[in-house]
Amino acid sequence: MDPVIAFTEVTKSFGSIDALDPIRLTIRKGEFVSLVGPSGCGKSTVLRLGSGLIEPTTGTVSRSSDNVGYIFQEPTLMPWRTVEQNVTFLGELDGLSRREARARADEVLSLVGLQEFRNHYPLALSGGMKMRTSIARSMLLDPDLFLFDEPFGALDQISRARLNAELCALFSERRFAALFVTHSVDEAVFLASRLLVMSKRPGRLVAEFEIPYEFPRQPEIRYEPEFAVLAGQVAAALAEAS
Amino acid sequence: MSNRTEETTNASRDGPARIRELLGVAIPPALVALAIILLWYGITFFVLEPDRRFLLPPPHDVIQEGILDGAVLAEIMGGLYRTAMVAGLGLVIGFALGFSMALVMSQAKWIERSLYPWAVVCQTVPILALVPLLGFWFGFGLMSRVTVCVIIALFPIIINSLTGLQGADPRLHDLLTLHNAGRWTRALKLQIPAARPLIFTGLRTSAGLSVIGAIVGDFFFGRGQPGLGILLDRYSRRLRSEELLAAVIAACLLGVVAFWIFGVIGRRAVGHWDPSWADERNKDT
Repeated sequence: MDPVIAFTEVTKSFGSIDALDPIRLTIRKGEFVSLVGPSGCGKSTVLRLGSGLIEPTTGTVSRSSDNVGYIFQEPTLMPWRTVEQNVTFLGELDGLSRREARARADEVLSLVGLQEFRNHYPLALSGGMKMRTSIARSMLLDPDLFLFDEPFGALDQISRARLNAELCALFSERRFAALFVTHSVDEAVFLASRLLVMSKRPGRLVAEFEIPYEFPRQPEIRYEPEFAVLAGQVAAALAEAS
Repeated sequence: MSNRTEETTNASRDGPARIRELLGVAIPPALVALAIILLWYGITFFVLEPDRRFLLPPPHDVIQEGILDGAVLAEIMGGLYRTAMVAGLGLVIGFALGFSMALVMSQAKWIERSLYPWAVVCQTVPILALVPLLGFWFGFGLMSRVTVCVIIALFPIIINSLTGLQGADPRLHDLLTLHNAGRWTRALKLQIPAARPLIFTGLRTSAGLSVIGAIVGDFFFGRGQPGLGILLDRYSRRLRSEELLAAVIAACLLGVVAFWIFGVIGRRAVGHWDPSWADERNKDT
């Protein structure tokens, strides 16, 4: 299958600082790629390059589709809009009819379990609910590629585990392509079909792991010995890269 | 938070709880008012010698001669009305001008850099020095008076609107960029909605300033149909302390009402999502 996104010898410099060593990376439909690395290693830069928000200094980034969902570190909702209005926002930008946008919002809100809260303002929501709203917003246009920039970093452990499971279920059902940046090895392993480790700046992909678990995955796989072994190997690679 | 809990908390605000809450809001400032009146009496009767008592007549004389006297009351009310009109018109024009300037400035750094110093000049220009000039240029009528208000009201509106327009979350900007939003969409869907809380803050500040501008302009032009400024001048020349104090109180009330109106509008418009404008009662929910 053709890749949804391909980085070919991509580098990025900001002024005299080299943020990335040449990166080679392709992601196909149905692949969930986790990217872990020490802070400041250029993980977010990879996402921004992938989305087209910034251009590479050398090399090329090619995408088979412009329909990209970007999920930020924080929920980044518009506080003056209700949950539903936040979710339909990208539909407004892309010229979806109001009726169509609402129908789709209905669907994605039920996927993230927020139908009852559609008329609430973000001010009244918990951190986990805000993040679910943010994910629902990114799903409205049914993107071919999702870019996640440490989306669950600010959540408590329990909400985080629950959202991991929900995201995994969504992926199992829809099989989009995803690039998921995180600090958490455990989260990275649980979600990924393939896991990449990035070195400290200038960022370079130093290790790659295939995660053999089938989708859909049960949260309980985290307690299995093989999972711990895998996570240990990733953590060791990460420690070496830092 | 579900709808049901919202209803129950609303219901509990009716009846005695609601009354207690209103008393809690009303009693502290009322006590301060009482203290001020007592202090006022104290100064009038215990500090001032009888032949100098006209400098600060007691509150009941102010009420008797400044408010209960029909002719004086009519004069002050007329002045209040004209001053309020000038201040209101000045604020509307000041807002239209200030907000437009902020919107233009928010679109490009070079425009901001070009206009910002002139916005500051608006703030720092000694308005008293300008007043005679405005009189020469525009006459001593409505036009110059409103202009004084516009100049004085402009700065807080520009600065607050600009800060608000530039304060939208950069990641939301990224989101619009990813969806190829143009300048206009960006302003309408992101920058202006995000700026509303600060726009109302600017309006509230400028509303009070515009009232001051209307009084200052009136005071110095000193011609035409009297507003509060002319009345203040007239009463002070005639050493009519009672009427003077009544006019001062009227001027204060106008400023307070202007501030309060924009407080209410702001809470209504953005209080349900902006914590800084949230109703005190909703802050903990």
